[in-house]
This record gives sequence, structure tokens and C-alpha cells, in this order.
Amino acid sequence: MPPRLKLSGITKAYPGVVANAGIDLVVVPGEIHAVLGENGAGKSTLMKIIYGAVKPDAGTIAWEGKPVAIANPARARRLGIGMVFQHFSLFETLTTADNIALALEGERAGPSLPARIRDVSAKYGLPLDPDRYVHTMSVGERQRVEIVRCLLQDPRLLIMDEPTSVLTPQAVEKLFGTLRRLADEGCSILYISHKLDEIRALCHKATVLRAGRVTGDCDPRRESSSSLARMMIGGDLPHPQPRTAQPGADALVIRDLTLPADDPFGTTLSAIDLTVRAGEIVGIAGVSGNGQKELLAALSGERLLDDAAAVTILGTPAARLDAGARRALGLGFVPEERLGRGAVPEMSLAENALLTGWRERMVAWGFVRAQTVREYAAETIRDYGVKAGGPDAAARSLSGGNLQKYIVGREIRQRPRVMIAAQPTWGVDVGAAAQIRQALIDLAGSGVAVLVVSEELDELFEICDRLAVIAQGRLSDPKPVADTNAEEIGLLMAGSFIHAGAEGHRAFSPAGVLGLD
Amino acid sequence: MDHAVQLLLLTLAAGTPLVYAALGELVTEKSGVLNLGVEGMMLVGAVVAFIVAATTKSPWLGVAAGMLAGAALALVFAVVTLTLQANQVASGLALSLFGVGLSAFVGLEYVSVVIEPIKPLAIPGTPDLPVIGTLLFGHSPLVYLSLVLFAAIQWFLFRTRAGLVVRAVGESPQSAHAIGYPVVRIRYLAVLFGGACAGVGGAYLSLVYNPSWVEGMTAGRGWIALALVVFATWKPWRVLAGAYLFGGVTLAQFQAQALGVEISAQYLSMLPYVATIVVLAVISRDAATIRLNAPASLGKPFHPDG
Repeated sequence: MPPRLKLSGITKAYPGVVANAGIDLVVVPGEIHAVLGENGAGKSTLMKIIYGAVKPDAGTIAWEGKPVAIANPARARRLGIGMVFQHFSLFETLTTADNIALALEGERAGPSLPARIRDVSAKYGLPLDPDRYVHTMSVGERQRVEIVRCLLQDPRLLIMDEPTSVLTPQAVEKLFGTLRRLADEGCSILYISHKLDEIRALCHKATVLRAGRVTGDCDPRRESSSSLARMMIGGDLPHPQPRTAQPGADALVIRDLTLPADDPFGTTLSAIDLTVRAGEIVGIAGVSGNGQKELLAALSGERLLDDAAAVTILGTPAARLDAGARRALGLGFVPEERLGRGAVPEMSLAENALLTGWRERMVAWGFVRAQTVREYAAETIRDYGVKAGGPDAAARSLSGGNLQKYIVGREIRQRPRVMIAAQPTWGVDVGAAAQIRQALIDLAGSGVAVLVVSEELDELFEICDRLAVIAQGRLSDPKPVADTNAEEIGLLMAGSFIHAGAEGHRAFSPAGVLGLD
Repeated sequence: MDHAVQLLLLTLAAGTPLVYAALGELVTEKSGVLNLGVEGMMLVGAVVAFIVAATTKSPWLGVAAGMLAGAALALVFAVVTLTLQANQVASGLALSLFGVGLSAFVGLEYVSVVIEPIKPLAIPGTPDLPVIGTLLFGHSPLVYLSLVLFAAIQWFLFRTRAGLVVRAVGESPQSAHAIGYPVVRIRYLAVLFGGACAGVGGAYLSLVYNPSWVEGMTAGRGWIALALVVFATWKPWRVLAGAYLFGGVTLAQFQAQALGVEISAQYLSMLPYVATIVVLAVISRDAATIRLNAPASLGKPFHPDG
């Protein structure tokens, strides 16, 4: 039997970077094949080439033994290639059935579609309501729409691009069950990820990419996480240095914070209580879209509250102060969006330093002290190992990880006493992520209160002292990480701590939040 | 009674150019393209329709020519913004300015020409029905055609697969491209449709509503059409309602002037514009409706290789 897909010498170069250099890859029927690599290793480009969204500069693709040119995604779908995207390709204002109909052709999108959606979703344990609008769905449910959409096209190769980055541990298990079942039926699966444990648990084969080249080929079930990591990053993963400081006085106190959603797709925060003491790191876990955005806006000062005491920073009621006044009290803030919130994309790194760091003697008599600003930026670049063209490089010219290191460094160098970091390592490669985590740990070690909001459970367990979970706009009681585990946090993420009858803005359904019902 | 029917007729007549222009723009915007050139496309449609009708003595050829002229101008816009990826706002404004100038230049020699207007439908055997008869048959066919267009657009956008694709492209061109739709081609068609509708709206002005050519005769209706689409939260029936509201207030304002109300004529002329925008702004305050109906990619260029 010919392999389902055979890539030979696939090469794709963009100006200034070779994304794929001579990549060979063979996928046989019924195989779950991992493509492993750091961000920027070329995984996504390779998948887009297979799916026909990007044209390779060189190389050949053979599908079931015959050479093919996949000119566009429609052609890929006709061959039987389906793709579940990392950033979903769904239309929020349309229903499930409409979203699925858009990806099907002619007859198959007809009136029998809702019935077939129900059939497929029941068969694979992916329940869906064809008439529901996508914007009302949790991330897990959206992913099910994407998967069912692919399944209805009878795929013979399913590409999953980082499918678990948005799921709770329990939802991940459920997804793996579906994928194994598909593979048993003969469908091949290309599974893109940088999570080593998952690949070892799920995949039959792994191809490792580094800087656009294949650096290894192995059976992940026989490898250890550290041997996979060596292939992936070409060295050992750095381990965080522990710290010893004891927690001190209350630094950031949130009391009964309630805030109605300001957006029809937003979440209402209800009665959130949390205290972060000097010298400790408190983590907030949760599936995105459960109120993180709203909570961060209320803490940073983007949204003001009526009750000034809802947020207290170092003893000063701050909930009615704007973002600048809160920074003056000693708050540092690393927002989730690097470009647009954390930094102005078109402005230079030096100018971006000025935006939050102007209190560091960067302004005199209303005039900017250009030399001081440039020095500050240059020192940040040096101290935090930022790969950039210098203080004059535009923020948008940096890779995500490097810009994030710069933003974290910029905030830390202002000597905050309370630091809030949202998704500090989202989309950052493994090496830079370890550096950023270490910087936060060192910061807490120097007596700063640190609050980290993240979707990465491993990260939270690695750096936090205490962990709380946000679900449906409510916050669970924080627990010391030593007294809890991923399973318990996973259940909390599904809303298990919310009592029945509590008034959420939508009917309570733990399975709904998880994407399990 | 007769007076009320008469008023209703005049309201429909005054609102019709807006119905055409705004419904066309609605389809364009639903595909994610913001074409601010409506005023220019209407004017060029009006002048070309008038010239062709005056030359050939056939008002219907004039309407067809106005439609083509609007579409031709829209084609220029589409090439500039969709193929060459120029900024849509700047290009649309330029298109409006261009249309105003071009129509004034082309129409110079036709300013005092008189033509035969399009006659109301005459269906034998029915003219004597009192109220219904006047309402149904007292108008130019273009007025009734605009209602057919409304129904067709409503049906197309929300009941057909092609309409679903247009809405999908407007909401997320990246996703539509990822699942294999030719985003740029679909947007071309939507822009051309919008231009053709604006052209017909202009033709109606110069052939039916006020059969003559006067420089700048749209008097800002193209801009009002743009505002209508936004304040109607991209819903066709609200566009229709807004257009007739504009028509009604226009009429009331004429009546007020005729009755010699002690308000300066300039203020009265402003009234239809102000009233339409205020009323629509008030009914469209609901953020959720806007989020759910506004094309999320409106005005943003799309690069297929992004």
C-alpha cells in the first residue's frame, strides 16, 4: 500500500527567512504522526503547504502514490485533506450548520446537513447543536465544530494544528479518544504540537523540525521528554531556579470585584476576591473567555469601577484610578496582546520604553530626554537577551518571543512592587519562555507581589505558590500548588466550584465550559 | 384620504434613490468592502442615464446606461482597492470627488435639456380602483423595482448559499480563504453590484424624480445612503425604513416651506438628513446588534498570501 502522503524536498523561503528547507515526510494510513518543533521551526508553513494555502518553492507532494499539485485549500479538501486550525477558521456570527455548510460542496450542504451533523457528532462523541451561533460557544465547543466540519468531508488525512492549547486536561483526553478512533478507522492524522507529553501519549511517529529542517525522526512512545526536547531545541531545557523568600504583607487585594460585561460576547465578573502578598506568585488558570480579559482590564485600570476598594494596591484603594495612576502606585503590567497593548507596533523599542517608563527620569520640563530613553532601551535589550536591531528597531519587527522579553524587561526595570502578567509566554518559544518565567521568579524573590494569568497549566505549576481558577466570571479560592494537581485544577476550570443556582450570565454547565457535554 | 395616499406616494418616490444606493452599498459592505464613492457613482449614473435617454429618446436605455456607468466606476474602485490593495477609505473619497467632477463636466451641455420621463405603469382595466389603484399603479416602474430588489437582496443574503458565502467573506476573509473561497473575486462582484445599484439610484433621480440634469443633483444622498447602511446595522429592512423616513421628512419639509413656516429654508433643507441620522442612531444603539450584523472585516484589505 502506498503511503497516504509523501513529501520530498519541500522548500519555502520568505524574505529573510527560510521556513522550510528540503523537508521529507511520509505518513502511512491510520498513523498519528507528530510534527514537533518550537515556534518558528516551520511547522505551520509546512502544514499550510500540505493544505494548499501556501505554495512551496521546490519539492514534490505525492498523495496515495501519485504526484499532485495542491493549488488551493479546495483542491486539498477534494483529495480528502482536512485541517483544524490553531486559530479557528470559524465565522462567529453564523450558526454551526452554516459554518459547516460553507466547507461542503453542493448537495452535501443541503437540507439533510443538520441530521448528518448530529450523526457524526454522536458517533465520535462530539455533541453539537447545528442551530447554535458560534459566538455563544466556548473554545472547546468551537474546536468540536471545526473537527466535525472536517469529519463530514470524509477526510483521509486530518491536520491538527496545536489543538490542545485551548483545552482543559479532561477535554484533551476526550479529544485523544476521538483521534485514536479515527486512526483505527484508517484516517491518517498529522498532529502539530510542542507539548512533549501529549505527543508521547498519542502519536505513533514523530518528525522533529528545527529552523526549517528535519532534525530527527523517532517513535515518541520510546523517547523521553528530555530526549525529544534535545531534538527540538538542540540542547537541554533550562530548569527554573527555586527561590526562598517568605511572603510578606498584602500587596494586591481584590475585594468583591463585580463588573458587568461591556461587550455582548464578554463575561460578567461576579464577586471576585483574591489577595497577593509581597514575594509570592499567584496564578490564575482557566480556559480563555471565562473573564480573564475583563479581570485584567479592571486590574490594569483600563476599566474603572465604582467601588474604589474593589482593587487595593499597596494599601491604596485604586479601583477608580486610571492606568497611569496605578502605575504610579507601583503596578507593573504585561498585557496579553504584545502588539497593540503591550507595545505600539510601528514605534521603536526606545519609544515604547518611554510609554510606560517615562517616570524613570526620561522626561525633563516636558521634554523627552532622548539619550536616557535610548540607554534604557539598550540596557533592557542587553539584560534580557532580546534579539533586536537595537533601540531604534520597530516593535513589530521583533518575533513574538523577543518582543515579550523586551516588554517584561521594560516593566521589571521600573521596579514595580506589584506585577501582573497575562499569558506571559503565549506563543513564545521554549527557551525564551524559560527566561521569562525565571525573570518572574526572580522578581518575586526580590519581594514583589506577582499575579500571573495563564492558560498553560504546566507553567502555572512550575512558577506559582498559589493557584486560583477563573470560570464563568467567578474565581475559585486559591490553593497552594503543593496541595493540588492538574486534575483538580481541570475540574475547577470546568466550573465545579460554582454552586448550582449561582447567577452566571449564562446557565451553568460545567461540561459546556469544558466542551464535554 | 386621497391626500394621505398622495403623501404616501410622494414619500415612496422621494425615498427610492436612497433605497437603490443603500441596498447596493449594503451588499458591498457585507462582503467586507467599504466603498465611500456612492455619491460619485450616483452622480455619474444620473448624468450618463440622462444623456443616453436624451440622445436615444429611450428612458429605459438610459437606466441601463446609468447602471453600467455606476458599475464601471465601481470597477475602478475595485481594481484600486482589491487588486492594488490601496486604502479603501481614501480611494472611496477620491471616487466620490472624481464622480462629482466628472458628472459636472460631462453634463455641461445637458443642463437645460428636457426629456420625456418614465411613465407610471399603466395596466388596462385597473386604473379606477380608488386607493389601491393609485398606490399600486401611480408610480414609475423603478419604484416597484426597488421593492423587488429589496426582497431579492433579503432572500439572497439570508436564504441562499451564495449569500452565506458573501457574509462569510465579509466576516472573516482569512477563514473564507482557508476553506477555499475566492475572496477577491467575490468582493469584486459585490463592489460591482453596489456600483450598479448606485447608478440606478442616480438614473432614477435624473429620469424620474426630477427629469433633468443639474450639477450635483444627488445633494448628498450618496452620503446619506452610506450612513443609512451603518445605522440600519446592515439589515435590509431597516435600510428600507430609513430611506422612506428620509423621503417622508423631505416631503414634510417641502410642505412646511409651502405653508410659509417661519424657519429659514436652509434649516428646513437640513431636516431630512438630521432626522434620518438621529432616528437611526437612536434605534441602533444596541451594541450586540451591531456586533452581530456588522461585517467584521469591513474596510480592511485582504492579502491572500497573508
